[in-house]
Amino acid sequence: MTAHAPVVSMASRAEHVQRIVTPGGITAWLVESYAVPLVALEFSLRGGAAQDPADKPGLATLLAGLLDEGAGPYDARGFHRAIDELAIHIGFGADRDSISGHLQTLSKNTDAAFALLKLALLDAHLAEADVARVRSQLAAELKRDANEPDAMAAKAFREAAFPGHPYGRPVRGDLSSIETLSRPDLVALRERLLAKKDLKIAVVGAIDAKTLSDRLDSTFGALATENDLAEVAPITLAGVGACQVVTLDIPQTTIRFGRPGVTKRDPDYFAVVVANHILGGGTFTARLFREVREKRGMAYSVYSQLNEYDRCPMLIGAAATKNERAGEALRVIEEEVRRFAEEGPTEEELDKAKKYLIGSYALRFDTSTKIASQLVHLQMDGFEPSYLDERNGKIAAVGMEDCKRAAKKLFGDGGLLVAMVGRPDGV
Amino acid sequence: MSSSTASPTAPHKPGAAGDSADASANISNFKLDNGLEVVVIPDARTPVVTHMVWYKNGSADDPIGKSGIAHFLEHLMFKGTKNHPQGEFSDLVAELGGQENAFTSYDYTAYFQRIGKEHLETLMAFEADRMANLLLTDEVVSPERDVVLEERRMRTDNDPSAQLDEAVQAALFAHHPYGTPIIGWLHEIETLNREDALDYYRRFYTPENATLIVAGDVEAEDVLRLAKETYGKIPARAEPPRRNRTKEPPHRAHRLVSLSDEKVEQPAHERVFLVPSYKTAAPGEAEALETLAHMLGGGATSALYETLVVEEKFAVGAGAYYLGSAVDDTRLWVYATPAPDVSLEELDRAIDGVIRGFIEQPIDEDHLRRAKTRLVADAIYAQDSQASLARWYGEALATGLTIEDVAAWPERMEAVTAADVTAAARKWLDKRRAVTGFLLPADEEA
Repeated sequence: MTAHAPVVSMASRAEHVQRIVTPGGITAWLVESYAVPLVALEFSLRGGAAQDPADKPGLATLLAGLLDEGAGPYDARGFHRAIDELAIHIGFGADRDSISGHLQTLSKNTDAAFALLKLALLDAHLAEADVARVRSQLAAELKRDANEPDAMAAKAFREAAFPGHPYGRPVRGDLSSIETLSRPDLVALRERLLAKKDLKIAVVGAIDAKTLSDRLDSTFGALATENDLAEVAPITLAGVGACQVVTLDIPQTTIRFGRPGVTKRDPDYFAVVVANHILGGGTFTARLFREVREKRGMAYSVYSQLNEYDRCPMLIGAAATKNERAGEALRVIEEEVRRFAEEGPTEEELDKAKKYLIGSYALRFDTSTKIASQLVHLQMDGFEPSYLDERNGKIAAVGMEDCKRAAKKLFGDGGLLVAMVGRPDGV
Repeated sequence: MSSSTASPTAPHKPGAAGDSADASANISNFKLDNGLEVVVIPDARTPVVTHMVWYKNGSADDPIGKSGIAHFLEHLMFKGTKNHPQGEFSDLVAELGGQENAFTSYDYTAYFQRIGKEHLETLMAFEADRMANLLLTDEVVSPERDVVLEERRMRTDNDPSAQLDEAVQAALFAHHPYGTPIIGWLHEIETLNREDALDYYRRFYTPENATLIVAGDVEAEDVLRLAKETYGKIPARAEPPRRNRTKEPPHRAHRLVSLSDEKVEQPAHERVFLVPSYKTAAPGEAEALETLAHMLGGGATSALYETLVVEEKFAVGAGAYYLGSAVDDTRLWVYATPAPDVSLEELDRAIDGVIRGFIEQPIDEDHLRRAKTRLVADAIYAQDSQASLARWYGEALATGLTIEDVAAWPERMEAVTAADVTAAARKWLDKRRAVTGFLLPADEEA
């Protein structure tokens, strides 16, 4: 690869991806590029909040928040100052099914950046004082969200959709649960989750394969080989047909809706992507945008999207409209979903949706961090780099019958689980 | 339509700062005969282009009684033209695999698309058409006004902390229009109509008032040629429109604004100082304020965080931020979230103590060095994103700065001394120039 190669060219993205397997057995995907003197690394470890003990929701979130709060020779302040000295960006997060990490550095500081990442992963102190501080920050966030309509709608939706399942519990915990989270809990969870098994890494930027291989071994090599994950049972989104209303004294009602979705391994998945795009994708041409916003002025934001938790694919969507029109807005959304399930798209809609999805794929690859993030997600989903070149062909191959079949599969009878927060009229 | 031939000056190349990491060396800058400024930012890494048009007018240029018109017009710019009816432009952008949007701020309004570079010419033709030929009917204006009212409810009327921010801004600016929310006051948005929008459009949407920014794998000569063929055909209007803004009088009284609401469970503290912007500051002063804000509250090594959160435990979070990009005098924010059982009054005194440290004690040279390292590195990180670079240059030009100002920013930041930071703190972190905001639960009053 030449020094000024594009980060990812249009002709073949896959051919720019180098698969690295280190002597220590760490696998990573690398896109080598020297156009900007930066290195970006993203990684993901399977096992997020769904691994929290049932009585300790918020534990994975707290753990992720503590990895950069003191490690190795540094206390929390020393660690943050060491990062600042070299203008390094480092951060960790937890979602339902994974713990993720992000590192970005000026290329001249690459060695030091990897050394700090290693300390955070292997030698974070999880000291009592730091646990107390980060826990208090989490508590403040939870209090801020206690009467925040979007957060309340998400909670009502989650609890109705996943009764008795880890997905029904709050990723960040609740005010009473987080008070009980202690250092031994965190140490135990770290031992279960931080391991080389199911570790996915992508690196983009000014670093060659040999150097990266060495850094990966020194950074991740000392992690345990095996993780210890609790089985998370598959679940189908429940409560379809129900409408949960949470009363809050605000002028505008937040509406969240959803129904079971389709997994990425389903042969109709790409047709499902096209169908969702036509209904509620992120362009000004989607049916929900046209019907709810443009024609009727009922909402600023209205959309639907495909979400896939490891054990539950789903369709979710949201809108917000003044209380007086909340019932009317929900009926318009329900009618659009039902009509699409019955009639499918028009030829023109199908054609335009495919063109958008194909053409806009390149927009996901225009910065180092976006590319690294895409490459980690592909690995998590079990794909090979060749997916990068094959994906648009799969969209192009979606025909009218495929899309109609996918619409029936995705939208079914049009029934939705709905959660509303506000003082909605007409529900 | 009369055709005006553009004969721009040779592409302007600001001097390189000597660092190979400095991308500004390759930036081109032209002006068309009709007054439109053009900036081309090269990014050969990806076949994607970012196309932006910035108008030098924002909510602070809304006429009296018409607050929200700049933002409302931004929404209405998607409603079609004489040549292209409603939906045609957005349909085409989507069909070509592009993404589009627009945003309004106090000093500017901008429209952008990100798309495969081969479609740049098409976008330029449509965006130029929309600069001159907007067509509005009451049938599209009326539901879009409802959309804006929903946007206001979502952002502000549903959220006590956003309502406090609005009240704090209104208190800070006794006379200048920065005290009015960008989206406008509800009772005035409700009255905005088609004529208001068109009057505003005709006043501000002219080539003299616009800046075109193109970032991506494009040649400056090609962009210039395309700009001439599209935007260049729009006749000049002789003079750029003027911003007629009231000036802020001297501030002599600290103000405390408090909001109590039953929906508040987590109290919060903010303080906003009236300070000069990059445009209004004396040389070096804005850079000193940027550094001061970072040392005071930029992340986990800042003075506010280390003192209030880590050491004294008065707060669980604290920070500061300088909004330097502004045409007129602007704001420096300090904010904190109290720890349980700490009153906002106690927190307020603790914040005063940290600020006093910058005024009375010598600046920690190690801390200053770390702050400058971080701030200067931001300019290198920005090069990873053509959209970020386009936005950075657009914002600077729309608030009265030049390409040279942006290119030399890292050098000017390097030059900030401890004495500069102390001087900025002494001069500008004066409580008489500030508003303090308390966000409280329903049963508590400040």
